[in-house]
Amino acid sequence: MTTLGVWIAALLTLFILSFLYKDNPFYKFAEHLFVGVSAGYGVAFTYHNILIPNLYVPLFKQGDYTLIIPLILGIMMVLRLFPKVGWVSRWPLAFVVGVTAGISLITYLQSNALVQIRETLRPFNTFGNVVIAVGVLTGLTYFFFSKEHKGVFGKTAKVGIWFLMITFGASFGYTVMARISLLIGRMHFLLSDWLGLIK
Amino acid sequence: MRRQVPLVITFVAGIIMIIQYFIPHEPFAGLQQRFNVWFLIISAFALILGIGNLIKIHGERISRQSAGWGYSVVLLVGLVTMSVVGIGWGIEPGTPFFYLFWNIQIPLSSTMFALLAFFIASASYRAFRARSFEATLLLAAAILVMLGRVPLGNFLWHRLPAVATWIMNYPNTAGQRAIMIGIALGVISSSLRIILGIERGLGGGQQ
Repeated sequence: MTTLGVWIAALLTLFILSFLYKDNPFYKFAEHLFVGVSAGYGVAFTYHNILIPNLYVPLFKQGDYTLIIPLILGIMMVLRLFPKVGWVSRWPLAFVVGVTAGISLITYLQSNALVQIRETLRPFNTFGNVVIAVGVLTGLTYFFFSKEHKGVFGKTAKVGIWFLMITFGASFGYTVMARISLLIGRMHFLLSDWLGLIK
Repeated sequence: MRRQVPLVITFVAGIIMIIQYFIPHEPFAGLQQRFNVWFLIISAFALILGIGNLIKIHGERISRQSAGWGYSVVLLVGLVTMSVVGIGWGIEPGTPFFYLFWNIQIPLSSTMFALLAFFIASASYRAFRARSFEATLLLAAAILVMLGRVPLGNFLWHRLPAVATWIMNYPNTAGQRAIMIGIALGVISSSLRIILGIERGLGGGQQ
């Protein structure tokens, strides 16, 4: 990092942190710059990693003319910016939705449903396996809304809520720690790289 | 025509992606690879659409000189500079693009997320009040997991890290699995509805 780079990074860090006092022009400046720079990053990344290797080179250098189809569909997608012909963007959108639905159906069935069920159905030879089986079954019972949560069914769903609460608490704890570690990272940058107060 | 063609495209694309899993031979295997590339290319154009929309909205704000139009100038300058520098000089380390990425985007994004530490702290103060048994469970799990992952936890009680690990491995896994299986069942039924044309609200507007 050059000295100028460190100063830019430090000032932008302070601009964002100034929001802790209240919303102000420095924060808004940094916020808008962040959106612009992130969008620009997306453009450059997409150009070099998707459009050039998957469209430009195969179509114009190697003569794979089937790629004219996604090129036309892509142009149709951009036409959404023009209200009079915007309806044609439904075609590429339909393709994207269809492919996503087809892939999701298989991958979710495999990895999220079948694998998770298989891993849950383990012999009750440890206390942990019992906890997992009970937690999954009661949790799924809570998510079943076609039957009123009353009686034994309601009590089972209640146990499911307890497991879900522990899950949310653990996830929340992890999220807090991740954010705090980012904050420590920024403070370390300011005090070490910028001000040189700590080594 | 405007309604039927998208339904046919969705059906054909979705069915081919399903069939290629069960029959991983030609022509389906080849079609799947081709469709994946097409998907990437169309997604890239979707990004161009998003950028176009961003330029349109902020361009209008600047031309009308509506409140905060100066920030729109900042946004567009950031967008154009990053795009031109990235496309013109490449995105590898050592390029001007990488300099901007390292000195502007990284500090901005990590500080933006670090800022959430303060908001998450105030949110946890409100959420973690033990008003009911369920809230107490949430509170206890969060505190035990946080303490179990830092040296202070080990200092307070040497078994605290093991307790945190047990919570993560068993009750947390059980809850996560119940959620994942629920999501999977939802995604599978939604995907089927979309492919079979029962779900039609994805065309985007009444054009």
